[in-house]
Amino acid sequence: MLGRRGALRFLALPPYVWLGLFFVLPLVLIVAISFRPETGPIDFDDPWAPSLIQYQRAFEPAYLRLLGVSVLMALGIAGGATLLAYPVAYFLAFRARERAPFYLVLLLIPFATSYLLRVMAWRLMLGGEGAINSFLQFAGFTSGPLDLLLYSRAAVMITLVYVWIPFAALPIYAAMQRIDRAHQEAAADLGAGPWSRFWRITVPLSLPGALAAFFMVFIPTVGEYVTPSLVGGTEGFMYGNLIQDFFGGAANWALGSALSVIMLVVTLVLVAVALRVVDVRRVAT
Amino acid sequence: MTRVGVGVGHTRVPLRATYFAVLLLLYFPIALLFLFSFSENTVLNFPLRGFTLDWYREVFEDASLIEAARNSVVVGTVAATLATLIGCAVSVAVVRFRFRGRAGLVGLAGLPLIVPFIVLGVSLFLLFIFVDFPRSLATIAIGHTVVAVPFATLILLARMAGLDPNLEDAAMDLGATYRTTLRRVVVPLMGASLLSAWLTCFIVSFDEVAIALFLAGGDPTFPIFLYGQLRFAQRLPVLIAMAVLLMVGTVTLTLIAFRLGRRRT
Repeated sequence: MLGRRGALRFLALPPYVWLGLFFVLPLVLIVAISFRPETGPIDFDDPWAPSLIQYQRAFEPAYLRLLGVSVLMALGIAGGATLLAYPVAYFLAFRARERAPFYLVLLLIPFATSYLLRVMAWRLMLGGEGAINSFLQFAGFTSGPLDLLLYSRAAVMITLVYVWIPFAALPIYAAMQRIDRAHQEAAADLGAGPWSRFWRITVPLSLPGALAAFFMVFIPTVGEYVTPSLVGGTEGFMYGNLIQDFFGGAANWALGSALSVIMLVVTLVLVAVALRVVDVRRVAT
Repeated sequence: MTRVGVGVGHTRVPLRATYFAVLLLLYFPIALLFLFSFSENTVLNFPLRGFTLDWYREVFEDASLIEAARNSVVVGTVAATLATLIGCAVSVAVVRFRFRGRAGLVGLAGLPLIVPFIVLGVSLFLLFIFVDFPRSLATIAIGHTVVAVPFATLILLARMAGLDPNLEDAAMDLGATYRTTLRRVVVPLMGASLLSAWLTCFIVSFDEVAIALFLAGGDPTFPIFLYGQLRFAQRLPVLIAMAVLLMVGTVTLTLIAFRLGRRRT
């Protein structure tokens, strides 16, 4: 097969080079920079000696607490989106029958709508002059606007659950489609009732899909800073906002790098734990 | 004896009702925005008053808005094309060859999916400063290529795994070089999936703002422009009108990508 081995180089090299340069290298760089001592923007020509000072600061209680809050928020958002997506996926996989593709498309259209637009929609829903408040007043339930809706942690969580529900349904639906109906028929023949079949067949077999959905929401959410900055106010501030701040207004790149490395490690550890629990590869392909 | 099929003896959970309730939840806020873009008020107040198309007219008079949308199309096109090429190369190499680093290549192409966007954004930001490369639409396109590669690779790996290798062998037995075989046999056979991958990557890029905010120079993409203007309340209706117009485009592309994606199996 003359030429095939040569072709392999031509095929494998560009992906390795591109991802090496623009994915691996930047991550290596950010780890290196997190060990620099500077407390402002960095001039890369300056000489420097490795230091743990940024990690000392990054492990201050206030920052750790914010990390904890952000991880919990992301777990809650991922859990909420997965739980709401699960019955939707179940309906599509087992009840919708030949109309399933149509129902799936209906679900995907909101997801194809601009992410910022959907966040804005919730700002309009929750705001002081927003839909919920003006409806409540119009209907005579309240006399003045309720302030507690927008600019809160709850607003961030509601908005992000809303944003991710359709996406979370996809891997669950894919996992459920692969469940062999013969399992359930066999269980029914052997006398298992519908709930028993659900808990002992459908749930275990769809679990990899649910877990994939959970992490496909968790990973982008834990590093969020755009949504909190639009609907979160000071209370809804997340770890990502802190990082963004250190690369923007409060320029402190080395500390920002250390915080980024910590966030990356936390994310990777959680994903690694999940991969040990369930074989997600069965879902990915 | 007739067999007891599934569909007999369901639980009583109202699944259809749940589905439609979630659908209502998903559509209601968007519908509200849609209505708002036709309302004369710059704040949303019930009951809505005064139908107008002024906001849509203003979209086309706003040069910076149109410019930002154009920038997004350029960035999306470049990022989607590069990501699809990379995803295609990965899938052919991984499915057709046994080599050292094969598992590593699949892992590498999927890995951007499990790195939070803000971490990718700031690390690329530092890289471009480190090598003294000015930030521009090009740097946004580079960042978007990285996050789009996993999507392209997943779609194309699935397609490539379903292709009969005998077709390539036949082409080569008839004298074609391997490159010609790739160009004339493999790529055409992957056709619809390539387009589906490309559209998916384009949509990923077109909507992406968290990475782009770190990598933008002077020219904004549409989400960056939108994000910057959102603090000005009186601009809101025009921005929403533009976003609604673009939504029609992205929804259409998504539906096309979805159809193409389903057809392959």
